[in-house]
Amino acid sequence: MSGIPHDHYEPKSGFEKWLDERLPIVGLAYGTLMIPTPKNLNWWWIWGIVLAFCLVMQIVTGIILVMHYTPHVDLAFASIEHIMRDVNGGHMIRYIHMNGASLFFLAVYIHIFRGLFYGSYKAPREITWIVGMIIYLLMMATGFMGYVLPWGQMSFWGATVITGLFGAIPFIGEPLQTFLLGGPAVDNATLNRFFSLHYLLPFVIAALVAVHIWAFHTTGNNNPTGVEVRRGSKEEAKKDTLPFWPYFVIKDLFALGLILIGFFAIVGFMPNYLGHPDNYIEANALATPAHIVPEWYFLPFYAILRAFTADVWVVQLVSFVTGGIIDAKFFGVLAMFGAILVMALAPWLDTSSVRSGQYRPAFKWWYRLLLIDFIVLMWVGARPTDPPYDWISLIASAYWFAYFLVILPLLGLFEKPTTPPATIEEDFNAHYPGAAE
Amino acid sequence: MIKQLTATAIIALGLATGAAQAAGAGGEVHDTAFSFEGPFGKYDKEQLRRGLKVYTEVCSACHGLRYVPLRTLSDKGGPEYTEDEVRAYAAENFTIYDPELDDDRARVPADFFPTVSGEGMGPDLSLMAKARAGFHGPAGTGINQLVKGMGGAEYIASFLTAFNGKEQEVAGQYLNGNDVFPGGWTSMPPQLEDGTVEYDDGHNNSAHHLAEDVSAFLMWTAEPKMMARKQTGFISVIMLVLLTSLLYLTNKKLWAPHKGKKFDA
Repeated sequence: MSGIPHDHYEPKSGFEKWLDERLPIVGLAYGTLMIPTPKNLNWWWIWGIVLAFCLVMQIVTGIILVMHYTPHVDLAFASIEHIMRDVNGGHMIRYIHMNGASLFFLAVYIHIFRGLFYGSYKAPREITWIVGMIIYLLMMATGFMGYVLPWGQMSFWGATVITGLFGAIPFIGEPLQTFLLGGPAVDNATLNRFFSLHYLLPFVIAALVAVHIWAFHTTGNNNPTGVEVRRGSKEEAKKDTLPFWPYFVIKDLFALGLILIGFFAIVGFMPNYLGHPDNYIEANALATPAHIVPEWYFLPFYAILRAFTADVWVVQLVSFVTGGIIDAKFFGVLAMFGAILVMALAPWLDTSSVRSGQYRPAFKWWYRLLLIDFIVLMWVGARPTDPPYDWISLIASAYWFAYFLVILPLLGLFEKPTTPPATIEEDFNAHYPGAAE
Repeated sequence: MIKQLTATAIIALGLATGAAQAAGAGGEVHDTAFSFEGPFGKYDKEQLRRGLKVYTEVCSACHGLRYVPLRTLSDKGGPEYTEDEVRAYAAENFTIYDPELDDDRARVPADFFPTVSGEGMGPDLSLMAKARAGFHGPAGTGINQLVKGMGGAEYIASFLTAFNGKEQEVAGQYLNGNDVFPGGWTSMPPQLEDGTVEYDDGHNNSAHHLAEDVSAFLMWTAEPKMMARKQTGFISVIMLVLLTSLLYLTNKKLWAPHKGKKFDA
């Protein structure tokens, strides 16, 4: 690996040498843990550890929940109540798993927006970014299918609405939807396959997390200045970096501790805060809830899905040009997935020669607007579709696309960036004047 | 013809106003200071017992509690009856069909509360206090759940005392006006009046006390492990505060030489 020059593992005892010749596993662990990390990383860089923790927490609590859960339409809801009432500590395990999904998504959104500000997606880290986007998509699939398992009203109707999206695809939509559901409507077959996939996908995510880490361990971490670590020699690299263990492990664990204090306060004192009361009513195919609202972490993209209605001229134009193949419903589906696609393409859409947003005066404002836009989309996604919410969601959706497709490419051409520090050491010493001595 | 149209319009207007009132009535769920609210709140054992009596004598005629095992009436953090008392209560009030006997027998603590379904019967109440939300504030953020809970118990208490005496028949079904129920009309007739249930401990049995007591009981049936959960919450938070403090100091000491700072501890 052509990474940052650093010390490698040297097997010392006879056994270590014997093992290293056959399986260099200790060396791999050493290399991973001791990786030189830019010493100027700020607190926005702690969310990776939080995410890793969330994945493990969800898998561990999930495996325990599966021991007591019954994936059958007649028994699923009752088995959740069995977990809540009769299983030792079951109520805590379920509430941790339930709220753990929310912590997971909170962390992933901050992690993504950190990358968007500091240009972590830019060369040479495109693969890290793309793999991250795939992980995020899989997280959404996993979270969605997990929400169906308790078989409450929102589970059932959420599943009905979201799988209906696939039905909007021209020609193959309806057979595809039937194939996904295992029948004409959400039923026992749907519950069983969602259960199976909800168990499978986290392990796929775990594998992709390993690839994600592998990729950025190859390129080295980005950092708030966006300036690369000097790689001329080991001595030079050491001026810019500190090993991941113990410096960043302890720092990240401290931050994780702070976050978990808040997390356990929510689990202990208001565990249903982020849930929906309707999901404590068993699924009923004959009674549609007044409002079908997805979980909060889907709301921004749900808002984009709903924004493009048949009365929007862009939708009408596309419908006319494609001879009606792309109707409003399908347009909404394309827009929703497109919103994530344009984000995944950011490495090629951003034309700026400067990586970190800190040194891009105009970018900063557009980026802040994107943050606000994201929050507006999340808010409007939970509102009804009546005026004024319809045009608010339309404007907010339009800005999301404009940011990636127009603003990022143009900014790089017209913006005059300021000068980043020459080295990471210089940036670090500017923060800690005592460090230079 | 015009007469009919006018009549329809008037009825529609009436219904719309009712719905509008009910929509606004989301805010009319009045706050009750239940003992179990907030991080420090605990169930009031006596109140749960009174609520059980109201449920048994009034609600159980039309509503089941299918997810609640009778034995949990003796659990810690609940009504805390003795096992013998639970056995007697179960035998006295509920029967169950036993396929081995091919006959009904008295329920035992290992059985659940009955499942009630069929014509004219109401929804199961096991989880009702979590299936309704009374509070969404401030400003729709719902943060006040931390100190007040979801408001499901408040919703039930408000609902039970919000009958306004109006009645109407729609498609052969009698509906009763209720200012809290979404839409303003419910098929459930008013149930609680002052003195409907006589308490053993001589506690005030006015209608709104009955409503509050049974709402507290239904909060317990929906969330029987609330006490255990809050306790775990406190222990987790306290342990994490300790751990995080130590990590803070460790982190500070670890980085001090690299940041050119002094650290004495």
